[in-house]
Amino acid sequence: MDTAPANDRPDDPRQFDRSAYAEVQASPEFGELRGAHRSFAFPLTIAFVSWYLLYVLLSNYAGGFMGTKIVGHINVALVFGLAQFLTTFLIAWWYSRHAATKLDPRAQAIKSRLEERS
Amino acid sequence: MSPYLLAAESASDNRPLIVTLFAVFVLATLGITVWAGRQTKDATDFYAGGRQFSGFQNGLAISGDYMSAASFLGIAGAIALSGYDGFLYSIGFLVAWLVALLLVAEPLRNSGRYTMGDVLAYRMRQRPVRTAAGVSTIVVSIFYLLAQMAGAGVLVSLLLGITSEAGKILIVVLVGVVMILYVTIGGMKGTTWVQMVKAVLLIAGTLLITFLVLLKFHFNISDLLGEAAKNSGIGESFLEPGLKYGLNATTKLDFISLGIALVLGTAGLPHILIRFYTVPTARAARNSVNWAIGIIGLFYLMTIALGFGAAALLKHDDIIASNKSGNTAAPLLAEEIGGGPDSTGGAILLAVISAVAFATILAVVAGLTLASSSSFAHDLYANVIRKGEATQKEEISAARWATVGIGTVAVVLGVFARDLNVAGLVALAFAVAASANLPTILYSLFWKRFTTQGALWSIYGGLISSVLLVLFSPVVSGKETSMFPDVDFHWFPLENPGLISIPLGFLLGWLGTIVSKEQPDKDKYAELEVRSLTGHGAH
Repeated sequence: MDTAPANDRPDDPRQFDRSAYAEVQASPEFGELRGAHRSFAFPLTIAFVSWYLLYVLLSNYAGGFMGTKIVGHINVALVFGLAQFLTTFLIAWWYSRHAATKLDPRAQAIKSRLEERS
Repeated sequence: MSPYLLAAESASDNRPLIVTLFAVFVLATLGITVWAGRQTKDATDFYAGGRQFSGFQNGLAISGDYMSAASFLGIAGAIALSGYDGFLYSIGFLVAWLVALLLVAEPLRNSGRYTMGDVLAYRMRQRPVRTAAGVSTIVVSIFYLLAQMAGAGVLVSLLLGITSEAGKILIVVLVGVVMILYVTIGGMKGTTWVQMVKAVLLIAGTLLITFLVLLKFHFNISDLLGEAAKNSGIGESFLEPGLKYGLNATTKLDFISLGIALVLGTAGLPHILIRFYTVPTARAARNSVNWAIGIIGLFYLMTIALGFGAAALLKHDDIIASNKSGNTAAPLLAEEIGGGPDSTGGAILLAVISAVAFATILAVVAGLTLASSSSFAHDLYANVIRKGEATQKEEISAARWATVGIGTVAVVLGVFARDLNVAGLVALAFAVAASANLPTILYSLFWKRFTTQGALWSIYGGLISSVLLVLFSPVVSGKETSMFPDVDFHWFPLENPGLISIPLGFLLGWLGTIVSKEQPDKDKYAELEVRSLTGHGAH
């Protein structure tokens, strides 16, 4: 059958409670988990992609500004580039902290409840 | 006689040392591969290394898989020749990891099994979507392989002083044979260990060169940059954006295109995505991305020292004479910083850095070959051709044969791509991945309405548009640096297709969905969404 993937053979462990998924998906707990992920990850993705594109566009169309010397031969362009490194490290750390405190406990609770049903 | 020829001659005097280091690396890693192969019993071992690796181990292996010849040889060369513009690669390659961390790594780990296609086809009609995912995986991986093979040919011909065409072809063939051995014998376990070893060697080698370059300038970055600007013959504008991409409106668009492709490509690269299956949980997948961001970030910071160091300490003409696209700037810098072409220190450092670059290439080609042969066996063979009826043994056997086939294709193509800048070539693979794979991954995971037709339009639309645009771009024909410089059939002005093909991939996924008559499978989406966020039923 066209719609049956190989990992849906009868021996597959997740065969057991198909109908439970729709029920869980509609539950308020799951809504909170989804909200906690999306409301954090989506705006942050838009923010860091915009911040990166700002860097790309400034490099292209604001050569004078980017070439401004700050100290010695170190100019705005280099500092801007290094700032991208810094923000990348910070966002990774921030997301991981968010995930550990806001996502993991909620996910674990729902997962345990699903496992109890089987 | 130009100093480059001197370098080649002194290199050939030191051939025994270089060959010994290469041989030690190849033999040691083959030893690891055989050991890993003995522990590879079932499909999960072969495809996912038994899902036994820790977050740190996988982070190291991701770094080893990601920091390719493009990063090491290509970026150093791009900065050495084009100054600040080359640095965009480093930034884009790093920032891109946030897309993987925030949106892709954990849900993929939770809901997939062995390949990218597992997630793309999850709630769709299996056969058409798996076929599309398999084709796209193989095309992206071959683009990427091409870049690594080009790097291997260039590097080895410099190092061993091989100038004959036959000799260079032989080297590319040798790389192909070793990578086929890694993958067929060691599977994901063997490949992962090779990547970890390589990551440690690459970071150690780069730290050493960075330290020596900075030492030379008494750890004054400003002086290093000043000397690079002066020695480049270009002056202060060498340190500013625009040298390569600021020439006119077209090159500026190319810069934007490249920038977008870099930042959106990573999370659509199949050989990176399958690495998330080698850890036991989504949390471990997150940790592995964090380790990778740290390691890769450190490495890309050091490309500043490598690239500007090469510009400061080597003659521009020598870099170009050695390789038109600057791919040999890093090893030449190693030789210079070790004491120059005629010194023992220079010879040793050149040999060490070359061996590191060689290790880099071997590890990355192994990862790429594994990704494409896994997708061939699991998506195309087991699920499309055999409709889910193949045994694990048959599936793994198909993967091993696919490895041999894809390895052969890579070798043949690699012979033609020697003079292209490897960073530029890899950027094409990123563009194809961002156009064909990323839209479908994101829509599948986060958009309830997404349908099979949307997935197919997006994958094929992104894939075909990006590949066609490359084919008719200056990368392939019409310029001195093109793959075929003697003919000109280019009409697309940009070297990187991302600016057009990435939005097109997203647009087609949306359009294909809203015009399709089929109803999305609500239960399947419920299953995917719950599993991807909670980890319930994860393999």
